[in-house]
Amino acid sequence: MRVSNGSSAVDDAVVTGIGVVAPTGIGLDAHWQAVLTGKSGIGRISRFDPSHYPVQLAGQVPGFVAREYVSGRLLPQMDIWTHMSIAATDAALADAGVDPRDMDEYEMAVVTASSSGGTEFGQVEMTRLYQLGPHRVGAYQSIAWFYAATTGQVSIRHGMRGPCGVICNEQAGGLDTLGHARRLTRTGTRLVVAGGLDASLCPYGLTAQYANRLLSTVDDPLRAYLPFDVEASGYLPGEGGAILIVEDARTAAARGGEHYGSVAGYACGLDPPPGSPRPRVLRRVIDAALADAGLAPGDIDVVFADAYGIPAEDQAEVRAITEVFGPRGVPVTVPKTLTGRLYAGGASLDAATALLAMRHQVIPATAGPIRLAPGYDIDLVRGAPRERALRHALVLARGYGGFAAALVLRRS
Amino acid sequence: MSGQFTMDDLVEIMQTSIGLDDGVDLGGEHADEQFTEIGYDSLALLELAAQIKHRFGVHISDEAALDEMRTPREAVNYVNLQLTVEAV
Repeated sequence: MRVSNGSSAVDDAVVTGIGVVAPTGIGLDAHWQAVLTGKSGIGRISRFDPSHYPVQLAGQVPGFVAREYVSGRLLPQMDIWTHMSIAATDAALADAGVDPRDMDEYEMAVVTASSSGGTEFGQVEMTRLYQLGPHRVGAYQSIAWFYAATTGQVSIRHGMRGPCGVICNEQAGGLDTLGHARRLTRTGTRLVVAGGLDASLCPYGLTAQYANRLLSTVDDPLRAYLPFDVEASGYLPGEGGAILIVEDARTAAARGGEHYGSVAGYACGLDPPPGSPRPRVLRRVIDAALADAGLAPGDIDVVFADAYGIPAEDQAEVRAITEVFGPRGVPVTVPKTLTGRLYAGGASLDAATALLAMRHQVIPATAGPIRLAPGYDIDLVRGAPRERALRHALVLARGYGGFAAALVLRRS
Repeated sequence: MSGQFTMDDLVEIMQTSIGLDDGVDLGGEHADEQFTEIGYDSLALLELAAQIKHRFGVHISDEAALDEMRTPREAVNYVNLQLTVEAV
């Protein structure tokens, strides 16, 4: 079991721009309005006919037309996941008021999270391989499928030649990119495109995800994904996510950039293997993130939970939260009940939603007719958004395989 | 297999398989411009060669794809040369 954290309590990394492409909508405003009104993006999969699949529901991005964001020349060499990511990045940069051409190319970096890469693109090419032979596999498969494809295309598009990379920690990755972005701003990078998206709603993608046996097969969109519920049966997949522009606080101030908040604290860890007598790591990760932020549990105003929707996972998360904050000690909410778990996009979107919540001073509600399982002593915000003075938000994320991350965001 | 490979054929392949921006006139103002100058890298040229081979039966080596077809016009000319050679 390992826990690591940042080293300074000075807020030196700020989020200056956010771009959202998610089941809740395309654009920051659309997303926030959907979150506030509890408008769900979960429905029957329409990307392909899911009739013969055990899971037929997912969070899908409504009305995304790649052509509106990516030129005809570039479109064929990317998966839809990269198309969506480019749209989100362009929006985030515009939101930040940044023109990359005004900055030194080596002072800008791109670090995105990705859980599945260009799944649909890869599926099409693999189909060609099996049905038509190797010479019919397209050359672009070599650059469209792998996890860093989005980072690469964004880097090329905006001329960002600083320390780029991709983080593949499943649902935890989004927070890890924000922690890493802060690390980069401490070592000379002025601007980092962080966060991430995933878009794996194709036959191959769904089959791969279903293999972990954690997806809910309940066929009612209102009841399939009910984290912390007495009948929690798993989660639903979704596509999309968020891109966040993280800047060195001093240089952001120098250019007159406004910001939503700062990365005040961050920690990550890895669970011991199943069956180990050692405890799982989330509790220590939360403690480490708070310590990194120089805060006590009482300073946290809201927790955006990871919310697996699997009873054992929910129990573990409730235990970690109540051990740190006390029974019903802090409001907890799960806006991803409107989208499903978005893999690399999930924690990224949660961080974006947390910043919006702090900007507007309102905690969005968790969707769905959730009845807390016995013994779950958490103050889950349900039914309606809750207005509250919000200064610090804690975002939690866990990824399949034992990844765990916690991020403390401080309102600007 | 003999037959003409036209600029229209090239444009059609670029549009459907490689990627082409609206309003970019490959056969017109860009006919003699280097592919690399108009945004196409070696990967695009390899894909172009693969598509030409599939649709027209012309074999184009990787070296030829990168060295003999540097502009749209060169590409059309090279393919027609190969069609003539292979028809003999």
